[in-house]
Amino acid sequence: MTDLRLQDLEIDLLIRALQARHGYDFSQYAPASFKRRVQNLLTHYHLDNVSRLIELVLHDEEQITEIIGRLSVPVSEFFRDPATFATLAREVFPTLASYPHINIWQAGCAHGEEVYSLAILLSEAGLYDRTRIYATDMSAQALDQAREGIFTSRDLKTYAQNYLDAGGRHTLSDYFHARYGHIKLDDALKRNVMFAQHNLASDAVFCEAHLILCRNVLIYFQPPLQQRVTGLFRDSLVRGGHLCLGSKETLGPYESSRAFALVDRRASLYRLQSHGG
Amino acid sequence: MAAKPARLVVIGASAGGVAALRTLLSSLKSGFAAAIAIVLHTRDSDVSSLAQLLGRGCPLPVQEAVAGARLESGTAYLAPGNYHLLIERDGRLALSVDERVCYVRPSADVLFESAVDAYGAATIGVVLTGTNADGALGLAAIRAAGGLGLVQDPQDAEEPAMPEAAIRIAGADAVLPLPALAERLNRECLT
Repeated sequence: MTDLRLQDLEIDLLIRALQARHGYDFSQYAPASFKRRVQNLLTHYHLDNVSRLIELVLHDEEQITEIIGRLSVPVSEFFRDPATFATLAREVFPTLASYPHINIWQAGCAHGEEVYSLAILLSEAGLYDRTRIYATDMSAQALDQAREGIFTSRDLKTYAQNYLDAGGRHTLSDYFHARYGHIKLDDALKRNVMFAQHNLASDAVFCEAHLILCRNVLIYFQPPLQQRVTGLFRDSLVRGGHLCLGSKETLGPYESSRAFALVDRRASLYRLQSHGG
Repeated sequence: MAAKPARLVVIGASAGGVAALRTLLSSLKSGFAAAIAIVLHTRDSDVSSLAQLLGRGCPLPVQEAVAGARLESGTAYLAPGNYHLLIERDGRLALSVDERVCYVRPSADVLFESAVDAYGAATIGVVLTGTNADGALGLAAIRAAGGLGLVQDPQDAEEPAMPEAAIRIAGADAVLPLPALAERLNRECLT
């Protein structure tokens, strides 16, 4: 058996171990990226091979949060693709404004950069007070980070410019305190955010949303899982609700996609037409 | 299910890369029997106009890489800015927003390493002009798997650092100026 085939077998066993021992299903993740993350885990733990990692998964209860954190959706940026946020403000906020209570689901929120970005724009549009944002991720570690609202200020210049390009009306620095190379987001921004663990690969519908943001998550999934998640989104949205994907993502050719109409291609913004499609 | 192309050429380029890629791609011949995946360090997430520019004068179609699309022989795919481009075993393209590698996204190392995994010895890696060391480790992986590692002659490159790093870290099966690089690729991949 070649080294490559041996490693394939190990990765297969790792996926089964994660599933059977902890209930995390990575079997429908795009293999190339998943393998890179596994290799990064080996480097992080100074392990020689994937079998050593399986040992950790099976026997070291304390490491599983860290392992899932490193295998799941990566860190984002504030106002990534600012034009998308400008489109949301222009195309979606007027619809949101027509509801007395607004529900937004940010699926795969990672460390929360986009949750806070959205909260800022909603505040400036006068909508935040009646909004609840459900920010979910499969990783408890990512959620802890997101709740904390502390980020490195390394890319702050880019973020500040992104904020303005997204249509921000003040300056980004109004929303955080900077200290020791980090920024801490204003706690008021998370007062209407519910951070919760939710796994797109296995968990069910839990809210009725007017807007779902799920950017740069579907690119990590293989078609069957993309199809599942598209169905989840359809079933979670109110009629006329919006779905925003990453700028390089589109809804696949699935039955569950048919209920959606494209609103803006550049922003990958869709709207739910009718149930059952 | 269509078979994936028999060979894959992966190219990494940074500063000076647009001009270098135009020269290289326009010298390829129609009937080129391999797929080509390109990482050019750019911050522009919309590379469709760049793909158009590179496609001008190139006998092969040059497209922006789309996640999930199948590689086709005789077609060149350009990674969008701010996304890593990867090759899946089944010959599909994949994108990721995982962390930068060598301070860049897309990274040639990420493309090259996934290419080796999918194509093994049928991978041809090409490192062109640039100012950092991206692509060197990836090229080493390609050569270790029995694939071909080609590097632009640093003296021919607008920025020599990236080819130099590749030669230092990975070594090379050939170090050539652009016209000779294109000729070598044609020789390897013409049916």
